[in-house]
Amino acid sequence: MLVRGRAWKLGDNVSTDHIISGKYKFKAIHSLEEMLPYLLAEVRPGFYREVRPGDVIVAGRNFGCGSSREHAPRLIKLAGVGAVIARSFARIFYRNSINIGLPVVEVRELPGITADGDLIEVDLEGGVVRNLTKGFEEAFRGYPREILEIVREGGIIEYVRRHGDLPWGGGTG
Amino acid sequence: MRPQTMVEKILSRNVGRQVEFGEIVVAKPDLVYAHDGTAPLAIKVMRDAPEIYRVLDPGRVVFVVDHASPPPTVAAASVHREMRLFAKEFGVRLIDVGEGICHQVIPELGLVKPGDVVVGADSHTTTLGALASFATGVGSTDTAIAMALGKVWLRVPEAVKVVVTGELPVGVMGKDLALHIVGTVGADGMTYRAMEFWGDGLKHLSMDSRMTICNMGVEAGAKVALMPTDEVALNWFEGVGLHGVGRVVPDEGAEYVDTLEFELGRLEPVVAAPPSVDNVVPVSEVVGVEVDQVFIGSCTNGRYEDFLTAAKVFRGRRVREGVRCVAIPASRRVFTRLLRDGVVEVLVRAGCVVAHSTCGPCIGAHLGLLASGEVAVSTSNRNFVGRMGHEGSRVYLASPATAAASAVEGRVADPRKYLS
Repeated sequence: MLVRGRAWKLGDNVSTDHIISGKYKFKAIHSLEEMLPYLLAEVRPGFYREVRPGDVIVAGRNFGCGSSREHAPRLIKLAGVGAVIARSFARIFYRNSINIGLPVVEVRELPGITADGDLIEVDLEGGVVRNLTKGFEEAFRGYPREILEIVREGGIIEYVRRHGDLPWGGGTG
Repeated sequence: MRPQTMVEKILSRNVGRQVEFGEIVVAKPDLVYAHDGTAPLAIKVMRDAPEIYRVLDPGRVVFVVDHASPPPTVAAASVHREMRLFAKEFGVRLIDVGEGICHQVIPELGLVKPGDVVVGADSHTTTLGALASFATGVGSTDTAIAMALGKVWLRVPEAVKVVVTGELPVGVMGKDLALHIVGTVGADGMTYRAMEFWGDGLKHLSMDSRMTICNMGVEAGAKVALMPTDEVALNWFEGVGLHGVGRVVPDEGAEYVDTLEFELGRLEPVVAAPPSVDNVVPVSEVVGVEVDQVFIGSCTNGRYEDFLTAAKVFRGRRVREGVRCVAIPASRRVFTRLLRDGVVEVLVRAGCVVAHSTCGPCIGAHLGLLASGEVAVSTSNRNFVGRMGHEGSRVYLASPATAAASAVEGRVADPRKYLS
């Protein structure tokens, strides 16, 4: 699975409140489409309009901290973002992203050397991310096989629809 | 068998074999819950996938209408209705408007016991670790899978041993310890990890305080935050009608990746200054900051002890003119006890606006939003930019004692002078 697009650079501790604020979420709680204009509204105004399919968010530490609201990764995916790269992720955001088939990748160095608009490539199977603009490449610890399958199939719901169960089988892990 | 952490004990029993740190297991949740911020998306996910449009065991699922409740908008009313229809269709228990905030009302109803695996579609599900359950926050898709298949995938977290000794001084609350911990380790200091509490200081911490402390575990990134079952906990379980529950305690010699120690007697009132929850400083450093709104409530600090302490500050005093003070008990049961004991009257006479149970102001949903330039002291759990209103507003997180003192003075204030 290869994702390639322009970088959108964000900082540390971007919370799910920054991604979709509770006050907007509850205004449009019945519809993800109606929430979309508020995506990252107080961090990167206009993001939802300017982002192009395959673009990549490149962030610092603890991306997606705070609320469990899955609307955050869903809106990022709905806007067309192909992957999120960060120094680290908050755990609920991380698992939500996997569950909906949004690739999330933890690397130490690349966020530091990446600027807005750099061309980024994520190779999930190969376990490597590249900043093509800067000629920089960094390996990351690949997903366990089952997680990779979930992401590749577009999320855990799609996986279960196709296979009838979770990839780990019957409850014994 | 090697000595085990609480996490190892609970997950090993649930999956029927010894689990290893770092591995992914598929657990069978004893309880799955979601609220009006997260259940609607779970329902939509299921509707869009007819193969999983079912609830395997409705007896293990609870919906709570607590986030924007009663509905302040047509959109909220619509999703509440959808939750009721879904609950009715599958026989799922729905706890409706005004009954309470999920993390308070669910344990009060005796729906959680030591050793349970609980997944809640809310990050503050860690609250229930105070009951020695493995309780963790998940998303709406996890909730849909858990409802339909009765399963959840979990990475077995390494645990950090948090030892508390001694006793809190007067005017210093469980919230001050919670904030102190987050300030010490940072907002991502416990990411992917479990916190397990130890120490002789626990016996001095009420269940209300313990729930506050475990609630805030997620603000350090923790997956779960667990307290061992002791006499305080067993008494509490009796009080909610759960008799003869088992104990879950960690083994001496269990393997922890780190140990933190906190001497309760040395703590002082603190706040998390905007705009991050780990920006924790002694109240004394920010005393005098002018305040427009005070909020006492939320899943973090909407319990009996919280209002009792606030009322001690408010008794015979008034909320400063120009300040609005919103007080929201976390459940009808808490509200009823406060009414019975005259606490509500103290709050109302002091000038507080006392409202029915809702998460409301904490998430900027309703009942007290902030304008640009306004400052709030809040007993809730997050002070991110724009969390409680306009992006130009600021939120100081504090204990109910500090919040009440600040309401009285109209400025951030040290509560100890009102309580000693």
